[in-house]
Amino acid sequence: MRVGLFVTCLVDLMRPSVGLSALKLLEDAGCEVVVPTTQTCCGQPAYNSGDRGPAQALARKVLNEFSGCDCVVVPSGSCAGMIKVHYLHLLEEFPELRPTLQHLVENVWELADFLVNVLAVQRVPGRFQGSVTYHDCCSGLRELGVKLQPRELLGKVPGLTLREMGSPEQCCGFGGTFAVKFGDISAHIADEKCADITDTGADAVVLGDVGCMLNIEGRLRRRGDADTKVLHFAEILAGVSNDPG
Amino acid sequence: MQVSSQQFKRKAAEALANPQLHKALSNLRARMVAGRARSVLELDNLEQIREAAKNARDFALTHLDYLLEEFERNACERGAQVHWAETGDEVNRLVVEIARRNAVRKIIKSKSMLGEETGLNHYLEAAGIEVRETDLGEYIIQEARETPSHIIAPAIHRTAEEVADLFHEKHKLPRKTDIGEMTREARMVLRPHFLTADMGITGANFLVAESGTSMIVTNEGNGRMTTTLPRVHVAIAGIEKVLPTLEDVAFILRLLTRSATGQSISNYVTFTTGPKQPGDKDGPDEFHIILVDAGRTRVLASDLRAALRCIRCGACMNHCPVYQSVGGHAYGWVYPGPIGAVLTPAYVGLENALDLPNAATLCNQCGVVCPVKIPLPELMRKLREQQVDRGLQPWTERLALKLWAWVALRPAAYAFITRLLARVGRWAGGSKRLMHKLPAGAQWSRHRDMPAPSGKTFRELYRHRR
Repeated sequence: MRVGLFVTCLVDLMRPSVGLSALKLLEDAGCEVVVPTTQTCCGQPAYNSGDRGPAQALARKVLNEFSGCDCVVVPSGSCAGMIKVHYLHLLEEFPELRPTLQHLVENVWELADFLVNVLAVQRVPGRFQGSVTYHDCCSGLRELGVKLQPRELLGKVPGLTLREMGSPEQCCGFGGTFAVKFGDISAHIADEKCADITDTGADAVVLGDVGCMLNIEGRLRRRGDADTKVLHFAEILAGVSNDPG
Repeated sequence: MQVSSQQFKRKAAEALANPQLHKALSNLRARMVAGRARSVLELDNLEQIREAAKNARDFALTHLDYLLEEFERNACERGAQVHWAETGDEVNRLVVEIARRNAVRKIIKSKSMLGEETGLNHYLEAAGIEVRETDLGEYIIQEARETPSHIIAPAIHRTAEEVADLFHEKHKLPRKTDIGEMTREARMVLRPHFLTADMGITGANFLVAESGTSMIVTNEGNGRMTTTLPRVHVAIAGIEKVLPTLEDVAFILRLLTRSATGQSISNYVTFTTGPKQPGDKDGPDEFHIILVDAGRTRVLASDLRAALRCIRCGACMNHCPVYQSVGGHAYGWVYPGPIGAVLTPAYVGLENALDLPNAATLCNQCGVVCPVKIPLPELMRKLREQQVDRGLQPWTERLALKLWAWVALRPAAYAFITRLLARVGRWAGGSKRLMHKLPAGAQWSRHRDMPAPSGKTFRELYRHRR
């Protein structure tokens, strides 16, 4: 199976280890992974800011770059959701794109969802000694139904125990441009999330979206918590660390 | 009500700095959110009922012209008087006219958000008529000279302690702190007003076309007394509140109270059809219903139409992380939270509420709890698109997006710039790998660090790996 890996712009710049982890997990499971090197962003920032023009241009770019793939996998619920749930509507003015668009939309997957429901992965290379708590990122959860998949995968990691926080489905306050337009409100929401995480006493909070990771880690550190690790589930599953190489 | 939605940011900042408010708002999640979650479990087909409720509301909106006339015909047949008001001012004028014709000196009111839209209380007071709010929450904020901060729990922003102080000051009675005792005290103060009022004003949760009935749900009994004790009853209702049949009302009611307060049904469900009939023991001599447009037909014709399905349960705001953080007053008009972020720009003009559609993380918690499936994030995004189309966005934001899009569409430039940023970020992060300050990113870094990038982009590492 020819699988396109859409790395996402935040992973590319802020957390390349997530991209490397996804690559490893997919290749280990026997996929032929294609990573178009011209890829940049799915267009979500423009789309959510109401600027359809640039959002459409970027969506068309993604469409082109991944046109030869059987499936496209994204290590981010919000970028996968952008493609799966919003592209059809975003590009409705271009009926000539419809066939390729339909193929992309039907075959784009969030990483955990893909590993569980398409590849039926049974073993993962990573190990983790300690406890983690899982935060459900909004788009993955409410647009794509990603809830049990990452938990099931984490359950296969030797040494790892999962401790649920009080409100794992509560938004962390990131919201893309919201975090910089309404920084104080965003940080206040993040603070509640951090308190919920801290209450579990877990060694790490694990999630599936780098935007939310930056928000949660940024607030945890400012609160004075230098210890709780903030990890993408792919990093744990693949056993890839984000320390600079 | 005066619109102050343009001050959203300032008011939100004040709210964030108010610990009393957060104490009060903590009730929201503890009571309303948990209550809804518990009570919807009683329904074994929640999603089907939501879908049916959405369809019933859409059907009503599609046939509004027909249903409203049917409602008018049936209400008049039962002796009610139906009035049509195009604007909020017309509503106020009509109510004062009815009051004058009936020599009304005192009015008791059951909760009405539409009355808040039109500023009815101020108008009546200016006309020399005494108005008493009788819903406990509304009574509290009337005494405190405030506006509601929530559509079903108008005084949710006040702690019991604050209400105790207020009652002590206004009632001149020994200060009580037990909520039950405070409620009894308010009841004791309000009871004489119920008995001496000449007119009762209510809103309407629904209008039933087939029978000409207006219906309200309440928990305190004040609504029942407002519709039966005074000699004149005026119900004011937005035209979107109509439903074809009693059966429609009955099944949507199963969602309304559960979504709102987590109750299987409210303590009172009051159906009012016509004034006192011959042989009736109670009820008003005159029953007036004012059907109000005030922007509804404009929204009906727009792509925000789905917002008119709203049955005013408040679940969207209860579940909204932004509302939970800043409360309702920051939104600056009648309707706060996600539905307010849509209805406020729709009713008072987008240019008067620029922040509201943007002040949301689009987490869609509102969308998944909405009993009539209003796609609130989608509607907020539509409003953001209107802002862009009308050039209402700050130029800094437009420029930033333009620059970013220009780069993102040019892979070579993008690769170069991200390479540079990854290195600068790595350097700026130091040994702790955290940036404490971001250039031009104070909104982020005032309360948060930024984890630093690791020095190389994925693109570089991938090429290296191969």
